[in-house]
Amino acid sequence: MSRNPLVREVPPTTWFFRHPRYLRYMSREITCIFIAAYCVMLVVGLQRLAAGPAAWDGFLLALRSADSIVFHLLALAAALYHAATWFNATQKAMPIQIGEDFVPGSVISGAHYVAWAVLSIAVLYFAGAF
Amino acid sequence: METISTDVAIIGAGGAGLRAAIALAETDPTLRIALISKVYPMRSHTCAAEGGAAGVIKPDDSFDMHFDDTVGGGDWLSDQDCVEYFIHEAPKELLQLEHWGCPWNREADGSVAVRPFGGMKKKRTWFAADKSGFHILHTLFQTSLQFPSITRYDEYYALDLLVDDGRCQGVTAMEMRSGELRQFHAKAVIIAGGGAGRMFPFSTNGAIKTGDGMAMAYRAGAPLKDMEFVQYHPTGLPNTGSLLTEACRGEGGILVNKHGRRYLQDYGMGPETPVGQPQLKTMELGPRDRVSQAYWHELQKGNTVTTQWGECVLLDMRHLGEKKINERLPLVRELAEAYLGVDIVKDAVPIRPVVHYMMGGISTNTAAATPLPGLFAAGECACVSLNGANRLGSNSLVELLVFGRRAALSAIDHIQNLPTANTAALNARAEQTQQRISELFSRSDGTESMSGLRREMMDTMEKNVGIYRSEEGLQEGVSKIHELRQRYQRVILTDKSSVFNTDLFQALELGSMLDCAEAVTVGALARKESRGAHQRLDYVERDDKNFLCHTMVHHQGLDVPRVDYLDVVITKSPPGVRDYSGDHK
Amino acid sequence: MTPLKERLVQLEVLRYNPDTDTEAHFQRYEVVCQEEWVVLDALNKVKADIDPTLNFRWSCHMAVCGSCGMMINGEPKLSCHAFLRSYEGVIRVEPLAHFPIERDLVTAPDDFMEKLKRVKPYIIPKEKKPISEGEYKQTPAQLMKFRQYSMCINCMLCYAACPEYGLTPDFIGPAALTLAHRYNLDSRDGGRLARQEVVATHEGVWDCTFVGACSEVCPAHVDPASALQQMKITSSIDWIVEHLIPGGKS
Repeated sequence: MSRNPLVREVPPTTWFFRHPRYLRYMSREITCIFIAAYCVMLVVGLQRLAAGPAAWDGFLLALRSADSIVFHLLALAAALYHAATWFNATQKAMPIQIGEDFVPGSVISGAHYVAWAVLSIAVLYFAGAF
Repeated sequence: METISTDVAIIGAGGAGLRAAIALAETDPTLRIALISKVYPMRSHTCAAEGGAAGVIKPDDSFDMHFDDTVGGGDWLSDQDCVEYFIHEAPKELLQLEHWGCPWNREADGSVAVRPFGGMKKKRTWFAADKSGFHILHTLFQTSLQFPSITRYDEYYALDLLVDDGRCQGVTAMEMRSGELRQFHAKAVIIAGGGAGRMFPFSTNGAIKTGDGMAMAYRAGAPLKDMEFVQYHPTGLPNTGSLLTEACRGEGGILVNKHGRRYLQDYGMGPETPVGQPQLKTMELGPRDRVSQAYWHELQKGNTVTTQWGECVLLDMRHLGEKKINERLPLVRELAEAYLGVDIVKDAVPIRPVVHYMMGGISTNTAAATPLPGLFAAGECACVSLNGANRLGSNSLVELLVFGRRAALSAIDHIQNLPTANTAALNARAEQTQQRISELFSRSDGTESMSGLRREMMDTMEKNVGIYRSEEGLQEGVSKIHELRQRYQRVILTDKSSVFNTDLFQALELGSMLDCAEAVTVGALARKESRGAHQRLDYVERDDKNFLCHTMVHHQGLDVPRVDYLDVVITKSPPGVRDYSGDHK
Repeated sequence: MTPLKERLVQLEVLRYNPDTDTEAHFQRYEVVCQEEWVVLDALNKVKADIDPTLNFRWSCHMAVCGSCGMMINGEPKLSCHAFLRSYEGVIRVEPLAHFPIERDLVTAPDDFMEKLKRVKPYIIPKEKKPISEGEYKQTPAQLMKFRQYSMCINCMLCYAACPEYGLTPDFIGPAALTLAHRYNLDSRDGGRLARQEVVATHEGVWDCTFVGACSEVCPAHVDPASALQQMKITSSIDWIVEHLIPGGKS
């Protein structure tokens, strides 16, 4: 006849099905797998380049395969999603106060999108895309 | 029963209790302090105070003006030595809170900002938007966390004071989560348990404000003072009773009836002032008692607006503009929007007077000491006679601080050179509490339901002890409450469990409220005059010859309490006319 | 004037009584409510008229005391601020997630209270001065810098929403860390380094994986997620200054 607090454990592997916001969070976190895989692929490419022209040509050929194109599209989508969540988060991490007021979050996030676009265009320009 | 030995036990961990605890810890770090509360400190009702706290700080203000406003606002029922002490301590306490981090609103130069409030001749209300009480409470609570000598007993429901040898020497309390009783043996006890507004059905007060502290002291032999003075706040939401702070009017909001007339000008608070340019101490900045009474007259005249929540008048703040409303009254906007569906930026909001504050309470002197040695009280549960017959808005938050601290200092004085406690006698007293609770649990012949009795009490209070009172109604109130107190002896618990049994606590709270309600009705019946918040339809004038005195109600077990009177302390301001007309200033 | 609309509300409430139960179970109540009521009003009516043994905390009924946090249809809410008009069908009411259940809807907040104390949520003055010298000057801009973070009502909804806290109970958690941030940002305070010992640790801000649920459920618009990300940045800068800049000391 006394206290016996009841602890309801959080299921360690399925908790994120409990609420849509947890699923959104997990989908953001999962994008990192694609980004990591892409990094591995770049390292492999470097290694192939160091191994000589024949190895490098083989690598380029493999990149043109259907599987590789599918992977690239997935990795691009994941990277875009990851970047978007990141930019949307910047307004939380870096609030800017001018006088008594705070700069609206959309301006801070928006500035990141603009910077992203400018840098992307610069990279494409130096890569000779136009 | 486990015994906890301590130097000072504080009952209640709201503004006054926390301030007392910090004062004790700062003054003498070797003291053991037990801070006992039926809720976690940050749940205390101090958090719901909105408008602000009054203290003389600006060069155009003066102590004399704060004194005059308070004494006149209280219809000369304030003890003037108490007011004198209070007004001088007030700014120090508010500055102390500033040093502890309270986010007071500021002027451009970084000094604290002040706003106008009802019945005040100067702007002297310090504020933190419209969440002043919330910030005061949290600042105090968080500050208190740094003192290791403060031991908190959160969610302990205090039951009875332990009185022996004519002194208060402790308290019994139930740990709510286990249902176990503990006795605290203390050299001094400070009650800071808050008001009892929940005895009324329509109140700004939170569920916890059930007068437990008042009733505990009253049962232990300390008289309750001036309990008939119950403040109606003029502007409550008509459905939930949520408070819309006086700052609504301080910032320029106006009150209009169904014809769009600013009716306060018809009740001695005119002439009309320009909309959006509030003038101090007149019209919407009149004192709460007068403004609430004006509503009653408008209701009699048929000038109120009929809404689905009953008869209302309108509080119009549209002319303040969205920016000012968001900066100064964000909570008010949220409350009206959420609970009533009215955006105060776009529409006038229907409001009606709502029970808000008890001027009366445990009788204390300026040293926060009750007539029972070893027992001190502060805050709304106490009647130190600062507020007289009507409290001015923004004096009560400061009262918590000034008299919370004072109670601590007085307790320290008291505990020097005390004779040794008779532990056996205290244990025997605690045993009586144990038996009282056991009896309540094991009662098998109970016939009265707790919620039924509670409803009857609330209905009685609303019907008979409202803004305007009469002999006939009060007679009915006295006999009904007396009857309910007898029937309460047969109340039955449905829940017999030990852990967090709110059926039990609500029953105990009902007992407290009934004790307080009896003191209110008996005091109101005996006071055959109209003064401040106590308005009699059959005795419409203030009667200084017979009633310039405090009502003292003494507990007599289940019998009708005994009433006697105590003189008001007048030092320099003889009773005069309360003038809230703006025309001849 | 039209009378207030009424509606039959079905509540499914999690019950647990340690005196008699080994597990929690749901109990169904049907109660007539006014359409404009909140879930708390419905619970109060159940307690007064149907079942006095139902237990829950509440007080202010204006979303400021923080007593009445519950899971309502799986979402942490103040029941005094959860409007019946927002719900259809059966409303499922459970105690706040991630806290031990004492009884029915009453949870034990001990862990939160302990963590709150650990972050030193009080002014540690930059320079002490006596009351007689008046207030510390603080401009409205300096006030606004931290004011949002001083609005926390300690209702613990953010702890119930935070999966990290649910999985890693050592995590100090959103509300307590945000209060540390509130004092760090206060122009009167000089205690940031003292707080960093608790805050800039694994169980401090670095346990936060930025789910952001805390800010979504906060009834006082405090935005703990923002506070924690800002603290991560300051902690990182401290680390860089200390470890990578010669002679640098945080």
